Amino acid sequence: MVRMTPAAARAERSLDIDALLADPAKRIIVCCGAGGVGKTTTAAALGVRAAEAGRRVVVLTIDPALRLAQSLGLNALDNTPRPVAGIDTRSGGSMDAMMLDMKRTFDEVVEQHASPEKAASILANPFYVAVSSSFAGTQEYMAMEKLGQLRVQSQRENGWDLIIVDTPPSRSALDFLDAPKRLGSFLDGRFIRLLMAPAKAGGKAYLKAASATLSLAVGVMTKVLGGELLRDVQTFVAALDTMFGGFRERADQTYALLQAPETAFVVVASPDRDALREAAFFVERLGTERMPLAGLVVNRVQRVAGSLSRGRAEDAASALEATGAMRSSASADLLRLHADLATSATRHQELISRFRVSNPGVAITQVPAAARDIHDLDGLRAVGADLAG
Amino acid sequence: MVSGVNTTTAGQGVRLHVVTGKGGTGKTTVAAALGVALAAQGKRVLLAEVEERQGISSTFDIAPLSTSETLILNDPSGGSLYGMSVEPKAALLEYLHKFYKLGRAGSLLEKIGAVDFATTIAPGVRDVLLIGKVYEAAGRTQGRGRKAVPAYDAVVLDAPPTGRVARFLGVNTEVAEVARMGPIKSQADSITALLKSRITAVHLVTLLEEMPVQECLDATQSLSEAGFPVGAIIVNQVRDPILSEGDLTDLSDGITSRLHTEIAADLASVGVADPDRTTTVLLEEAQAHLERLDLQAEQDQRIQEQGRLVYYLPQLPGGLEAGGLNVLADELHTQGMV
Repeated sequence: MVRMTPAAARAERSLDIDALLADPAKRIIVCCGAGGVGKTTTAAALGVRAAEAGRRVVVLTIDPALRLAQSLGLNALDNTPRPVAGIDTRSGGSMDAMMLDMKRTFDEVVEQHASPEKAASILANPFYVAVSSSFAGTQEYMAMEKLGQLRVQSQRENGWDLIIVDTPPSRSALDFLDAPKRLGSFLDGRFIRLLMAPAKAGGKAYLKAASATLSLAVGVMTKVLGGELLRDVQTFVAALDTMFGGFRERADQTYALLQAPETAFVVVASPDRDALREAAFFVERLGTERMPLAGLVVNRVQRVAGSLSRGRAEDAASALEATGAMRSSASADLLRLHADLATSATRHQELISRFRVSNPGVAITQVPAAARDIHDLDGLRAVGADLAG
Repeated sequence: MVSGVNTTTAGQGVRLHVVTGKGGTGKTTVAAALGVALAAQGKRVLLAEVEERQGISSTFDIAPLSTSETLILNDPSGGSLYGMSVEPKAALLEYLHKFYKLGRAGSLLEKIGAVDFATTIAPGVRDVLLIGKVYEAAGRTQGRGRKAVPAYDAVVLDAPPTGRVARFLGVNTEVAEVARMGPIKSQADSITALLKSRITAVHLVTLLEEMPVQECLDATQSLSEAGFPVGAIIVNQVRDPILSEGDLTDLSDGITSRLHTEIAADLASVGVADPDRTTTVLLEEAQAHLERLDLQAEQDQRIQEQGRLVYYLPQLPGGLEAGGLNVLADELHTQGMV
């Protein structure tokens, strides 16, 4: 028996995308990573490949830049899954895609869980309007909410057996995991609870009863934020009160769903120090949260074919230029181009091996850099094939 | 018709440089290079980030930054570069302390969750606090009376990415939605006045790829419409063409067997192993490279049509290590941005 060295064993771990997509027990794939690493393209390419292998897929994208729409040749994605045209359905699969409209999703949640009058008053509250369209974290929270909805829908009528989620272009990749909790802690927050007390008791009588700390806090906050804001918040929180339980319960459910064996996280990165660092943070965090990691996708990796090294190529180019008798004037330049590509390729592999060493056991697949941007199904199929290795 | 053409150079009279770009375009690197370039001109410069990503410290490979201004480097020209990472809670406590002389009460507020509330929940307040720190640094003076001079000759803000930047800078609109009066509102108003003045320039970083360019152009438009002074477009990671005009002509005729034979013979003459197969590889690489150059040219055209100042930074095959940042800073200086 040949014994593998630990380094060789690590190098063996490659992410088998086709096995992941073919596993009927996997029903949710979450693509996460830093901004600009090709998450949306990866999610769409996984969707196309899974659909054409026979899965009934729905892809949820969150990015407002209509990127998925462009790569899927769709003109509008409007918070409702729409069938993607041009998918090869011979294996019995299908693909739907949708883009998250965060405000609309939030509105729907309110409408679903509050009486019509109460819903109307919440929707008109200026604080609600601001929170639902701009609270840092609303997008992430609503993505989780939508994921939960799709999961329920898939069990009922639509028959999707695989949900692929592209995560929001967050400040940091970790925001996606933290946002639901942050909203939860907002709802559970002591200050919010304290603010709510008066609205329940009615009038301003509470101030007498409240602790000195609260008076001070409310006083300062009123000074800083303006009394109006606090009043709006109080009305908002009071109106939302009946929904609190539901909110938290669902945030908890979705969190549990992300820990379930039916979920697989695919961390996406580019061969760049920052993106890989972010990916490492994510891998670590998933471990802490006991969330199932499938592996790492590294996009846009420079590869060079053949065995000509950078140094050899540079030497050969200099030697050719020195002779002054090239048959083709392009020869030396082509060698220099190769040397440049080889430099990038070496650097990319160095960064990836560094990641491997500090994150042993993480399965990795690499997608070579494409000369052109991807914006059609054929492009996505090619990416899918590369992902599958 | 091109609207909002900026006729001055990006550096003239500008003290606050706001740098944004799509995620992955390298805006932090460019902001850092701009800071280094300004410091190399003998200026006292502050480089600030507001998203708690510690991008500046990782770019310079130094210890994590905090809300207090920390010296990153001294330039032989006499210039210096300081860095800070603005964090909303610290900014709020500082703000409360400064304007309300709160002292210990600040920590009480923290305990009761009011600080969390104000910095994470109340929309816009967080952004006011974040930019507020930058605003304060940009407006701070040293010395008294008529001798007072700005504490910093320039402040470079590594701003949120293009998708969020208009909302981030539009603090007063955002705050107005929830607070129609009060100190936060007036703070937001003063910040906005500075951000819309000629002292500020919002620079956009892009790559010569379709999506980043599209986002760059969209952001340029929305920023101009919102009244923010758009400065330069900085094109990052531009590939060196490497191939000469002559090569391009040869290659654009298609890869003939004659070309293949000639190159293979050249390779053989300098002892490259397996010249035939290597030639095939080199020609494939050249084809892909040409496609990229075409794409670059196409995207460059779209940027040029904006009629704005454009600066180009080269792709660094070896990455930022080994003095890459200085290479970029030198480029910004040579091309006249600073």
